[in-house]
Amino acid sequence: MDFNSVLPLDVVGWLVQFWIVLGVAGLALQRAPHLINSILFPLSALASLLLAATGLWALAAAPNVMVLPLGLPDLPFHLRLDPLSAFFLILLGGASLGVSLFSAGYFKSMAGGTLGLLCLEYHLFLVGMTLVLLADDAYMFMVAWETMALASYFLVTTDHAIPDIRKAGYLYLLIAHVGAISILLSFGVMQGGNGIAAYTFDAMRSAHLTEFWSSAAFLLALFGFGAKAGVLPMHVWLPEAHPAAPSPVSALMSGVMLKTAIYGILRVTFDLLDTQLWWWGVLVLALGLITAIFGVMFAAVQGDMKRLLAYSSIENIGLLLVGIGLTIIFHVYGKDALAALALIATLYHSLNHAMFKSLLFVGTGAILHSTGERNRGRLGGLIHRMPWAAGLMLVGVLAISGLPPLNGFVSEWLLLQAFLLSPGLPNSYINMLVPVAAAVIALAAALAAYVMVKFYGVIFLGQPREKVLEHAHDAGNWERSGMIWLALVCVVLGLAPVYVVQQIDLVSHMLIGSGLGNAAAGWIFLAPVDTERASYSPLYFLLAVLGVMLLVSVLVRRLYHGRLRRSAVWDCGLPAQTARMQDTAEGFGQPIRRIFEPFFKIERDVPSPFDTHPRYHGQTDDRLWHILYLPIKHLTEKFSSWAGLLQHGRIHLYLTYTFVTLIVLLVFV
Amino acid sequence: MMENYSLLFAILFQLAQLLLVVLLAPLLTGWVNQCQAWLQNRSGAGVLQPYRVLRKLFHKDAVLAHNASWLFRVTPYIVFGCMWLAAAIIPIIALDLPFSQAADVIALVGVFALARVFISLAAMDIGTAFGSMGARREMLVSFLAEPALLMVLFTASMISQSTQLPRIVETLAHHQFILYPSLAFAGLSFVIVLLAENARIPVDNPTTHLELTMIHEAMILEYSARHLALIEWASSLKLFAYISIGIALFLPHGIAEAGNWAGLPLAIFLLLLKLMLAGAGLAVLETVMAKMRIFRAPEFLGTAFLLAVLGLLIHFLLGA
Repeated sequence: MDFNSVLPLDVVGWLVQFWIVLGVAGLALQRAPHLINSILFPLSALASLLLAATGLWALAAAPNVMVLPLGLPDLPFHLRLDPLSAFFLILLGGASLGVSLFSAGYFKSMAGGTLGLLCLEYHLFLVGMTLVLLADDAYMFMVAWETMALASYFLVTTDHAIPDIRKAGYLYLLIAHVGAISILLSFGVMQGGNGIAAYTFDAMRSAHLTEFWSSAAFLLALFGFGAKAGVLPMHVWLPEAHPAAPSPVSALMSGVMLKTAIYGILRVTFDLLDTQLWWWGVLVLALGLITAIFGVMFAAVQGDMKRLLAYSSIENIGLLLVGIGLTIIFHVYGKDALAALALIATLYHSLNHAMFKSLLFVGTGAILHSTGERNRGRLGGLIHRMPWAAGLMLVGVLAISGLPPLNGFVSEWLLLQAFLLSPGLPNSYINMLVPVAAAVIALAAALAAYVMVKFYGVIFLGQPREKVLEHAHDAGNWERSGMIWLALVCVVLGLAPVYVVQQIDLVSHMLIGSGLGNAAAGWIFLAPVDTERASYSPLYFLLAVLGVMLLVSVLVRRLYHGRLRRSAVWDCGLPAQTARMQDTAEGFGQPIRRIFEPFFKIERDVPSPFDTHPRYHGQTDDRLWHILYLPIKHLTEKFSSWAGLLQHGRIHLYLTYTFVTLIVLLVFV
Repeated sequence: MMENYSLLFAILFQLAQLLLVVLLAPLLTGWVNQCQAWLQNRSGAGVLQPYRVLRKLFHKDAVLAHNASWLFRVTPYIVFGCMWLAAAIIPIIALDLPFSQAADVIALVGVFALARVFISLAAMDIGTAFGSMGARREMLVSFLAEPALLMVLFTASMISQSTQLPRIVETLAHHQFILYPSLAFAGLSFVIVLLAENARIPVDNPTTHLELTMIHEAMILEYSARHLALIEWASSLKLFAYISIGIALFLPHGIAEAGNWAGLPLAIFLLLLKLMLAGAGLAVLETVMAKMRIFRAPEFLGTAFLLAVLGLLIHFLLGA
């Protein structure tokens, strides 16, 4: 075999096969769960690393295509690896590397049978996501999409003995399929009734649709992919499914699977459709803003830490949609450099979110593993018991709050720059929308910091709220290494923005035909337009902060002293200071609940002053669930019961139906 | 060769400003306190009192709670470092500030946010009721104040077509004393943000330890000695930084141009004058206003946010 002719796509194909083999091996090794943990998951992580490396290689290479001898008679499976796919493969590989390493330690206590099955589903999930990114025809895409959805459904319902988890899984499956139907319809529109061979993406690229049909295809795709991404109002499955799934699975779903939906929107909008309309951009922008604010508001009032992270994912998906919306608007109006800037900000943020959200989700897994608690009302003080997890999670928390010099700040910075440079669009209404949108983004970012302070503070800081927490142990070696990898990527993505932007520029060239070009003044300053307008250097920033801190601490010790004494906390003269006096998650979120009260459906159970054992209970619900979903549910139930009237299970009744139908048909025909 | 020299001078100047702000910041705090004392018919402790307090605190032995973690110990240094940098990158004397290339206005807001997140986390570290209450209130105030500040800075960025602080100040300083309508709104909003972010009346009260009202003081209750000194100094630096932003955006006239070393003495004199005026103004504002209930604060800050957005919209509408 000639190794010079190996293409990136071949390598990805081998890795996919390797993952399938690993999955099947997991099923076969049910009797030896320790082998699954100590061999299969690390090997899977290795494959992830290779996948990310291949993605990096393919980013600069010309698109590879491949036609497999599988699939439908006239529509074999088409695969294609172009810069857009390559970018998302890097994202998938980078995030799944950390998650697989973590899984090697996390699933240790799981029974062999369940673990074998989980190993298979886990790898099929990875394979499904990879193939979604590679698919180059509608059939292949849908097969991969469904593989991904079903594998993740089974992963979500791993603990299917618990009714709530079955319910969450069902909701997820339902919305995933409503979305899938919409995506399929969108492909149908783009195919334009030209026979089965026109279902390849190549045929769709060369088809010219009218404005009406383009819009129809776009809207269907937006709805379908939006359901998967958790765009309002299709977000309801996220806060149910994420807490139900095992933590590494939540990490993959939130970090990577949501991004496949972003990939889908980008692929359809910029690659498959040949024209875009300005109002698509406005629609996506508005949806994104609403989703972002809604997500972060709900994240602020959550008690369960995984629900909080799920809502935070909704917020981040909102931010990504804002970026896509801006890209469409700028692209339509021919502002190529700005469109490239917005697109690069979007892609950068996708990558960032994949890393820090995976980190935070696996981190909650480590806590769950070590304490058995998920409700933050009963955690606290874990920074002493779990120093590694606490330190690494701090990186994730700072990154997701958009603080310099970590990665979350870079993408937010780029997005805000896109807003700042935007004046001069020919449509004055859109011009007016831009500052309002920038304000909403700023508000969402500031609220995200609130959410994350609450998240970290209530879990890791303060005094332990329960006795059990005193026996909590730190994350094991495998768990730790997975988290270290993800935290490290967050730091590197934060410190080397110039390199990352240069790589993403290749995707931008492919999608919208323009890039930022020379995105930097030197390798150390990120300057998307030119240095006169804006520049940012995280490396100098970090060095300056660290230098100043070091200088100050040396000076203080030199000039004065470093004496230190430990003592009990000052208790205001009241000796009964207990851990219960700290803010709980509910308490910390109370101001937000109060300020945004009209948006929540709040049920309170407040004790009367005369209760001897007063108990307070408060629940904050999503109004949309009651306004939108419950009526649909009731309507469906009503229709089903009407349909049920026909069904009595007696054979003569069914024969009568057949007879009546025949008569009616005879009358008509 | 000339280029190299001017870069060297710029770096020297940057270091000089670093030194200047860190030494001058407590003086500004002392000046504001003294003005307040005068307005309230007290004789006051003198403008040098903050230095004496710092000296006293640095000499004391630090006392830490038994369960204080490394986060608690490292936070004062982080907060101090962030505030020092923030104050040092705002052009108030001259436009040559090489470090402001590394951090523009968005990064400036990011620096404030970084310090705030750390101090809030440290407040929750000990696990007392006061600490978490302070952290909660601080985050409550800031989630509205931060976007308002960002919008104020955006308005200035839009006018000057740059997010670099020296470019913004250069543009604004070159204009005559015409009133930008957008900047007028931004200025109003900025005053509110300044009051809120620096724990001033009417949002917070820096001189009280009453549990119903305190925000910033509740967060730092557990700090003592050198840690407290650093935090107090950082608060002074923060006030200095905010007033500097105010001067840079709304009164930049008289700043020395890049390379104009002869203009420095005048620029420094004007800066001191502006700082004194701003400090006195702050004292007056604090004296004539009453502290508001904590849940009035979001409305107050919401006003600031809306004013700032309005300013930005007006810039889009009128182009000014």
